[in-house]
Amino acid sequence: MNFKPGKKVVLEKLADYPLMPASLADMTHNFTGSWRNMRPVIDYDKCINCGTCWKFCPEPAIYIEDNKVNVNYYFCKGCGICVSECPKKCITFEEEGK
Amino acid sequence: MTEKKPIKTTIPEHEVMKPGHLACQGCGASLAMRYATKAIEGEAMFTLPACCWSVIDGPFPYSSLGLPLLHMAFEAAGATASGIRAALNMLGQKKVKVIAWGGDGGTFDIGFQAISGAAERDEDILYICYDNEAYMNTGIQRSSATPYGAWTTTTPVKHFEKRPKKDMVEIMAAHKIPYVANVSVAYPEDFVKKVQKALSMEGFKFIHAFAPCPSGWKIKPEDTIKIAKLAVQSKIFPLYEVEYGVKYNLTVKVPNPVPVLDYLKLQGRFRHLTEEEINIIQKGTDENWDLLMKKLENK
Repeated sequence: MNFKPGKKVVLEKLADYPLMPASLADMTHNFTGSWRNMRPVIDYDKCINCGTCWKFCPEPAIYIEDNKVNVNYYFCKGCGICVSECPKKCITFEEEGK
Repeated sequence: MTEKKPIKTTIPEHEVMKPGHLACQGCGASLAMRYATKAIEGEAMFTLPACCWSVIDGPFPYSSLGLPLLHMAFEAAGATASGIRAALNMLGQKKVKVIAWGGDGGTFDIGFQAISGAAERDEDILYICYDNEAYMNTGIQRSSATPYGAWTTTTPVKHFEKRPKKDMVEIMAAHKIPYVANVSVAYPEDFVKKVQKALSMEGFKFIHAFAPCPSGWKIKPEDTIKIAKLAVQSKIFPLYEVEYGVKYNLTVKVPNPVPVLDYLKLQGRFRHLTEEEINIIQKGTDENWDLLMKKLENK
């Protein structure tokens, strides 16, 4: 996975602040995966590469790499849209910490 | 294991919006933004009135949108977008698209005068309203986009919403602007195509996006897409476009419509409704659909 978490911006003194209210980084330092109770797990034997889960992921925490769909568990909030929308029902919900 | 066919994506594959944003689980608004940003080719700039997306984007100095963005006061999205357009034109940056992105509160109620003014002046901007049918960011208060029968914190079960939803698309079409369309997060191909079409046109464009809100509608997060699909299939939210206020076109046809009850029963905000009230909703939906069909015939 070619994912790198974003940098955290530390603004200690006034001189660190930008002159205008501009954004200095994206939110990829914020691992929203900790919100998750249920973890989606893809069964690659049944997967038909339709890309439906990728299409409907609101994060987007599902990415396409090596001709398959992968879940980025750093960011998956566990909403379950991929589980309910998968036409082959090959994504299962498993409880975290089991 | 046999070799699998390559994944063919039906919408552009690149991601503009970054993960790590602060939307709730299963948020329709973040999904809508993902599709809208995918449709943009070239440079674009956003302006946001106060809405859920002011929070989803992240606190200062972070932004998960991946595009230049100007936060603005609640009522000023249309005026701000007009101002940005004028400033960019002065700088010779005519190619940069200006997109205003507001919730239903900032579009239907509070920002209405600014949008109507910008539409009347026919400014070259695209206004996208993501509609979650109440003021979700501040705690589910009723807006004029709240449909008949819905529970909100300001229309509790005993005094539930008694007025139908404001028909924003028809109001905007009456301004005779180049392009007005309805889109839904359950139909991403249609969504991306309409945003691309709108961005290719000149003048004021308005897109009304249906974005279910799991926490405000009291639905399960995994049902977001299912409910958005049922809204289209039950004729409550028809997907059509209007060009120059006269040329109607239905983009997603509904060959096998389902009763509105299928759509209503999945949502906790409609749980208190009796059969009589559901019949009122069904009758209103059918009337709206017949009216739309008449407009489609006149094209």
